[in-house]
Amino acid sequence: MVPLYALETRGITKRFGALIANDQIDLTVKPGEVLSLLGENGAGKTTLMNILYGLLRPDEGQILVGGRPVEFRSPRQAIDLGVGMVHQHFMLIPAFSVAENVVLGMRKKTGAVISRTRLRSSIREFSHRYNFDLDPDARVGDLPVGLQQRVEILKSLYRGAQILILDEPTAVLTPQETGDLFRVIRHLQGEGKSVIFISHKLNEVMEISQRVTVLRLGKVQGTVETSATSPAELAKMMIGRDLAAPSSPRTGGYTGPTLSLQGLTVRREGKEACSGISLDVWGGEVLGIAGVDGNGQNELVEAILGTAPVASGRVILDGRDITGKGPARAIDAGLALVPEDRQTRGLIMDFSIAENLILESHRAAPFRRGFFIDEAQVNRFAAGMIQTFDIRSGGGASAPASSLSGGNQQKVVLAREISREPKVLVVMKPTRGLDVGATEYVHRRLLEERAKGKAILLVSSELEEIKGLSDRIAVMHRGAVTGLVWPDVSEEDLGQLMTGAKTMLSALGPRGGGEQ
Amino acid sequence: MLEPLFSLTSIIALLSSTMRTTAPVLLAAIGGLFSDRSGVLSIGLEGFMLAGAFAGFVGAFYSGNLWIGIAAALIAGMLLAFVYAYFSVSVGSSQAVAGTGLVMLAAGATGFLNRVLFRSSGNFVRVTPFQPVAIPGLSRLPIIGQVLFTQNVLVYLAFALVPLTWFILYRTALGLQIRSVGEHAKAADTVGLNVTLTRYACVLVSGALGGLGGAYLSLAHANTFIEMMTAERGYMAFAIIIFGKYNPWGAMGASLLFGLADALQLKLQVAGVPVPYEFLLMFPYVLTLAAMVMAGKTTAPAALGSAYKKN
Repeated sequence: MVPLYALETRGITKRFGALIANDQIDLTVKPGEVLSLLGENGAGKTTLMNILYGLLRPDEGQILVGGRPVEFRSPRQAIDLGVGMVHQHFMLIPAFSVAENVVLGMRKKTGAVISRTRLRSSIREFSHRYNFDLDPDARVGDLPVGLQQRVEILKSLYRGAQILILDEPTAVLTPQETGDLFRVIRHLQGEGKSVIFISHKLNEVMEISQRVTVLRLGKVQGTVETSATSPAELAKMMIGRDLAAPSSPRTGGYTGPTLSLQGLTVRREGKEACSGISLDVWGGEVLGIAGVDGNGQNELVEAILGTAPVASGRVILDGRDITGKGPARAIDAGLALVPEDRQTRGLIMDFSIAENLILESHRAAPFRRGFFIDEAQVNRFAAGMIQTFDIRSGGGASAPASSLSGGNQQKVVLAREISREPKVLVVMKPTRGLDVGATEYVHRRLLEERAKGKAILLVSSELEEIKGLSDRIAVMHRGAVTGLVWPDVSEEDLGQLMTGAKTMLSALGPRGGGEQ
Repeated sequence: MLEPLFSLTSIIALLSSTMRTTAPVLLAAIGGLFSDRSGVLSIGLEGFMLAGAFAGFVGAFYSGNLWIGIAAALIAGMLLAFVYAYFSVSVGSSQAVAGTGLVMLAAGATGFLNRVLFRSSGNFVRVTPFQPVAIPGLSRLPIIGQVLFTQNVLVYLAFALVPLTWFILYRTALGLQIRSVGEHAKAADTVGLNVTLTRYACVLVSGALGGLGGAYLSLAHANTFIEMMTAERGYMAFAIIIFGKYNPWGAMGASLLFGLADALQLKLQVAGVPVPYEFLLMFPYVLTLAAMVMAGKTTAPAALGSAYKKN
């Protein structure tokens, strides 16, 4: 007899100190079903999944697999009962081959001595069964992200997974790769396997799942049939209010170009990370840089900032050549940067909020008084920033940056960079890891800066963000600009530009701009 | 005077001696390789070697049996390694600090105990060292026979460990487990492998083999214990692993280079070349480090040196 549910939770509760991360969670997945788990950051999705995979133990409640109550003390037990998990940050070993990654920890199947030939053929066969087309000998670190994800999925299947948990699987994929992943999910579904698809992307949830369970603040807000709901309804369940769409790009009122990159080439470890990139960013414009991570975006930004050596080409900021002059000169010339990783690059986590706010301006008036820092002046400034940018800090300006939530940390970085009144704002993945509310705030702030006539270079791998904010979009692939397009470009075209399948250079200057 | 250095007999003697100067460093390096591969810096090797050299000598001296000395060396090395594993794996303290701290502890403790036990005896205490064992048949091969197959049993062991270690690391599930823990502990954890246990075991292996390498010095080389007799060979082993690109064959090659240089400087000392002996003593170290610099970049296990904490 086939049980009604492949997996079920009853009243799962998990507390971390005073915080209730999961509060009486009831959830069911049927065999052969794709269930989406939707929720903002901090809604408790990850906690729940870690409980289902045996990485955390619930304080209360019950898990049932195939109708039988079970208790997971470690991932090993979850694996043995057919629960597999593909983590958002892959649990793969880049230096190992595909085959080695798949059989790791499977001594029962491989035996103590691993025969290379047998291993190779068994993994190849297994990979064919799911149309995965993976080379067992390929080094995982050399594979594109989409294929690495398949290795993760294969790893779970090899362990006999019947229920597959995918934690934000599309966050790292191009649109094409997402399409491929969805085909894989449907194929697994056809084999009677259940999938729990965790995401906060509404359109994907609508496309792939049969039912959606929405979490908010650790509680189940409800479970709905996908066919009977809409993205708007899901968004409302998820954030508790209607979602405001980012305002659409405007036209006209451009000045500049304020930032001009002229044939910029950057070499890293002997390879060309950026090859002859020429781009103009105008005042009053957001130029989005789209592309799969690792296609030269980081090097480009570092070259602009002056922390990566420029092999050839020039960086002109408001008429001043800042090529290779280093960050201090670039900042003096009017550059501001919101780096990708706010915890390691954007902030000094052990420093107070006030100290972080003056990191770039502490050497000048009004914060410096002779040899000393004017504490009173700094605190006044910090208090003002905390108010203007709505930075929610329990301990005020003297609390360490590490005590803030991700969204508030990002506000500190934004406050510091924007308050210096830069001419050019370079922003990398400004909403990475932020929930919908904080994302909305950051977007609104950026658009306000645009309205003030700042030139904004936005690097992001979130296509919705790029398309929602940009006046023009540049697409990078393997260090070259393969596309310069308007934000109404189709997802399909964008995907092809991101994989280098075609080149399209149409949006050479902002609409209605051009005249100087 | 230098002429006899380059005769055939002289070269055979040099190569044969190279095998013996290589063995202690190679033993320690192979042990350290397990530790490094599991993600724990093998920076305590010098201490394990010193402990092994002393315990080995004490064991052999009082029992009159070299093998009891070997057992004592293994235990002493592993005890010290256990302390190191506790700090680096369980506590998660800085491995460089814990490792070098233990080296100092070993240096002080062996020096102190040595004076307590042997100073009063007045005489220079000695043991009868391990003797060469000729392998039947093979030892009669021209040149090779003398160089490779007329050595003491610890030399054979050291070189036999090279292919064995390679096989374990690259051809067994255990090896995959060790390497995975050293590359990405969390990935190993999520497939149900015990990171802590694996690292403890590997550090203990490094303690055992480091101790054995130390015992080689007191029981097969100097026939006695001398304070600081390891002369930083443990640190050389630590460097040799890197130079050998974290691979047992590479470690063997690098150890042989060090061993050859060491054998050569010994020979030159004996021959009485007009160079202050301190410079000759430096030679193997300088050569190995220079070769290491020229060998260029190696890729260390990704998780080397970082403690793993479950959350």
